[in-house]
Amino acid sequence: MIASLIARDFRRSIGGAAWLPVGFFLVVATLVPFAVGPDPRLLERIASGGLWIAALTAALLPIERLIDPDRANGFLDQLTIHGVSEEAVGGAKVTAHWLTFGPLLLLAALPSSFILGIAPAALGRTMIALAVGTPGLAALAVMVAALTAGLPRAGALAGVLLLPLAVPLLIFGAGATGAEASGALLLEAAVSLLLVAASPFVIGAAIRAART
Amino acid sequence: MKPLLRFDGVTCRRGGRLLFEYLDLKIGPGEALHLVGPNGCGKSSLIRLAAGLLRAEQGSIERSELALADEGLALDRELPLKRALQFWGGRVDEAMNALDLTRLAPVPVRLLSTGQAKRATLARVVASGAPLWLLDEPLNGLDSDGVGRLEKLVAAHLERGGAVLAASHGLIGGTWTHLELGA
Repeated sequence: MIASLIARDFRRSIGGAAWLPVGFFLVVATLVPFAVGPDPRLLERIASGGLWIAALTAALLPIERLIDPDRANGFLDQLTIHGVSEEAVGGAKVTAHWLTFGPLLLLAALPSSFILGIAPAALGRTMIALAVGTPGLAALAVMVAALTAGLPRAGALAGVLLLPLAVPLLIFGAGATGAEASGALLLEAAVSLLLVAASPFVIGAAIRAART
Repeated sequence: MKPLLRFDGVTCRRGGRLLFEYLDLKIGPGEALHLVGPNGCGKSSLIRLAAGLLRAEQGSIERSELALADEGLALDRELPLKRALQFWGGRVDEAMNALDLTRLAPVPVRLLSTGQAKRATLARVVASGAPLWLLDEPLNGLDSDGVGRLEKLVAAHLERGGAVLAASHGLIGGTWTHLELGA
């Protein structure tokens, strides 16, 4: 059941709006040089930060369709009746969301790095930092989606919830992208791991609490 | 004989309002219980308690394997009906046939009418093969042909040693025990 749930979620998002966050990521990354001017030295200094802000805002886009539609039409109830625990549902949702969100974001990071003038030498570091951070970002997105499911104006509320919680990931992620051998990558990995490990329990509790 | 569903001194409170307290009930194989009562008396809450989707404030509930049909369709809107039903497994072909849905198999779920969607949720329950059926307002949107099919399916299910708990304002044909809530 878990495998078919992951496959189902993956099919639904890849066939639908999975490309939207990626396009959004590209647009935000493109806006940075327009906003700060084309000075290559300045751009190189702020490139990693710009990339991470683009990634965070892109993570916000799909939140409203991650949990709420399945709650509203009884899908989550039926999963519980079929003996799938809410925590397992949470784990499956995070996995499926990362599968559509992570790889596509990494793909979009390549042209974005070029736009932002990230040096080819730093490109590898950038990709590793993003690859390490995206599971944490995906877990955070599904957690916030579960916590806000069924509430009015959930989209705006999700932004206010998600962005502050993403600050540790942002600090260490941008640090790991920018500086070599700073230990930031390990701290970023620790934050990402913590988010992924906590997510099934947070999502499970949120799904149960949202039942009426 | 071991009951398929058993409530032992169950109290249910929703949003600070007491719906029922110290409720005992037992449904064994071959038994059908019909919940009646005015709007808001706790029929749906009782069914959700039975399904394990809500927690009782007090008391204990034992349940066997079950299937639930309520207002939640729980089928992917973009999929053809048959594929959407297959996600939940069971004997889908038989169930679709029993509810006269076979010719709708390739139709996307989002195009189904209210009555057809109701038949689809009932087909999910029939296909499951679970011994205990929980039906919350199963008649809503069904035409007379649909009601007839449902009555036949319930009778066959009871004959096989299954049990049914239904909440509905309309009468469903067959032999039912009635439980009045909020009286």
